[in-house]
Amino acid sequence: MAAEPAAPNGLEVDFLASSARALADPQLRRNFRRAMDGLMAKRAAVFPDPSEWTRLRALGGAIRAKNLLKLPDLLERLEKNLTKNGITVHWASTTAQANQVVLELLEARGVKALVKGKSMVSEEMGLNHFLGAHGVESLESDLGEYIIQLDGEMPSHIIMPAIHKNKDQIARTFSEKIRNAKYTEEVDELTAMARAVLRQKFFEAGAGLSGVNFAVADTGTLCLVENEGNGRMSTHVPPLHIALMGLEKVVERLDEVAPLYSLLTRSATGQAISTYLNLISGPRSGGERDGPREVHLVILDNGRSRIFQDPELRATLACIRCGACMNHCPVYTRIGGHAYEAVYPGPIGSILTPQQEGAGLWHELPHASSLCGACAEVCPVGIPIPHLLIRLRREAGHRVPGSTVLGAGSARSRLEDLAWSVWGWVLGHPAAYRLASWCATRCWRLLPSRAPVLEAWTRSRHKPRMAGASLQERLRRSGVPDA
Amino acid sequence: MPERDAILAGLRAVLPGGRPPVPDFAVVEEKRWDPGERAARLRRGMAAVKAEFIEAGPEDWPRAVAAFVLGEGLPSLLYGPDTTEGRALAAAWPALGPRLVPYDRPVETFKQELFEGIAAGFTTTLGGIAETGGLLLAPGPFEPRLLSLVPPVHIALLRADRIFDTLLQAFRELGWNKVLPANALVISGPSKTADIEQTLAYGVHGPRRLIVVLVS
Repeated sequence: MAAEPAAPNGLEVDFLASSARALADPQLRRNFRRAMDGLMAKRAAVFPDPSEWTRLRALGGAIRAKNLLKLPDLLERLEKNLTKNGITVHWASTTAQANQVVLELLEARGVKALVKGKSMVSEEMGLNHFLGAHGVESLESDLGEYIIQLDGEMPSHIIMPAIHKNKDQIARTFSEKIRNAKYTEEVDELTAMARAVLRQKFFEAGAGLSGVNFAVADTGTLCLVENEGNGRMSTHVPPLHIALMGLEKVVERLDEVAPLYSLLTRSATGQAISTYLNLISGPRSGGERDGPREVHLVILDNGRSRIFQDPELRATLACIRCGACMNHCPVYTRIGGHAYEAVYPGPIGSILTPQQEGAGLWHELPHASSLCGACAEVCPVGIPIPHLLIRLRREAGHRVPGSTVLGAGSARSRLEDLAWSVWGWVLGHPAAYRLASWCATRCWRLLPSRAPVLEAWTRSRHKPRMAGASLQERLRRSGVPDA
Repeated sequence: MPERDAILAGLRAVLPGGRPPVPDFAVVEEKRWDPGERAARLRRGMAAVKAEFIEAGPEDWPRAVAAFVLGEGLPSLLYGPDTTEGRALAAAWPALGPRLVPYDRPVETFKQELFEGIAAGFTTTLGGIAETGGLLLAPGPFEPRLLSLVPPVHIALLRADRIFDTLLQAFRELGWNKVLPANALVISGPSKTADIEQTLAYGVHGPRRLIVVLVS
């Protein structure tokens, strides 16, 4: 068990309050309902054959499980082959170290402006904020990320970061924040506006930054999946390309990428294939006329090697970040991504965030689920999310010997502990049990439904009704032997 | 590298025993189509994401490309002059036609023109993917990386007999499990986004149009 860090940036994390606010916002709920219904329908349409889905998912799950079992060896092989290909590898245990690596690379080359392709790891790092504080402009170029950066917001979805906004809201943002922009609600015109601004930025930027969807150990290759072309622009136009990846993203062979890629695009957005799959195995080589002069990869741990320690929780690291669990989650669909107050929202975020950032501070998130199982049903690599949610509920709130979870047991409640020990004692003493059940059946209805403790249950439900006598008493009364 | 060693040591400390699962690729490997059907599937897949097709023969495709560029009123076409196809294109290019611009300089001396003065880019491909649609490209010294990205129209030459069944098959048959070019790409259509209200919009950062010249 390790000590748990305080809330990031001194923020108060209050999931109950933020989800209540989200539920009370009809516009937000309409935006999410509409988007999630669309994404679910699109996904269903590209998996028409249940047997193909089942087998492909088994393949994807096996590839991820195999690669995780070989993780340290594959990371070393990846480093060796990337280095051979001319890509420099950096390692960071913490997000602070990763930020420092990026900053030093930029400062050493006098870079003052960075264009970014989409990277959730950079969100973990709070990279834009960090670079801004050090005088480097870090501009998001994915359209959704660009929109929320204009508004100073966080992504509300890992694939569709601006999904919480409708086009009227985006039209307003553009007309207020982009110089000389006129107000329009036409999606094509809004897109063209962003294109014009960002083309100029790609042209000027001294460096480009991207995430990594898969990193291939055998060939030393970074795979980037995208539709817009901003990832290619960020990685091929500026003279310096910096890629960021969580250490779990490594796969052994390139042909393993093919089924994972198919599962990713189909699960994420219902596309049979994305517009671009960009396989980067080196900087500009001798004779090439363009491409970056330097490529650097930062491999970030940030709690992942701790998650790796538990054989069950390790499945968290199999995630390929498709977002299907969010799209299908009845909780996420109703409250949206911001209510989770975490970098990764939805079911995957509810298992990842407590493990990465601390189970005490984030103890509400594993409860943000009805355990309906939809997330596990659609997960393209078969992560048993509901099972892991239950484990994290237990390990946040109880002393579990041998738990490797960060901040395990730190959300313990004295009252709950007391209740369980009393309960345990009563069950171990037949006379006390008989007395307790006699009292409960007779006095229960005298207890007001707004009584302390009970109130947490009756706030949104009726007070349960108890029988006038316990089952044991009734059996005994009707002459059942040994009752 | 203290971080590197600490991270790897941490992972090794808990490394489990047990045999890793062996992935069974049969569900992908068994996807096979007849040659004629491969081209039809690829077309269906790519047309659905707004790629456009021109059919041409093995001899007359350069003229088909020129006719398209002329017909669309595109003032210039950027190409790689040092490939067989590049030479064939230049040889067949009409004398008074649109400007045919060779990408034969380092981008540093050419960036302004590339971003502002080029209407279309022409590339070859290594093949296509029947299952989902998609073109395989390996940019390099002869066909630079930005040739298929920065110009607003991308014209790509695809030989019908180079269409693979699946991406998996392409990776294996191209030998990419062992060695890859510095950059390799799969491109299935023009650049697109659905980040605003799930509404599809084309041409967000990359090309607005993708024209596949299908040679059979």
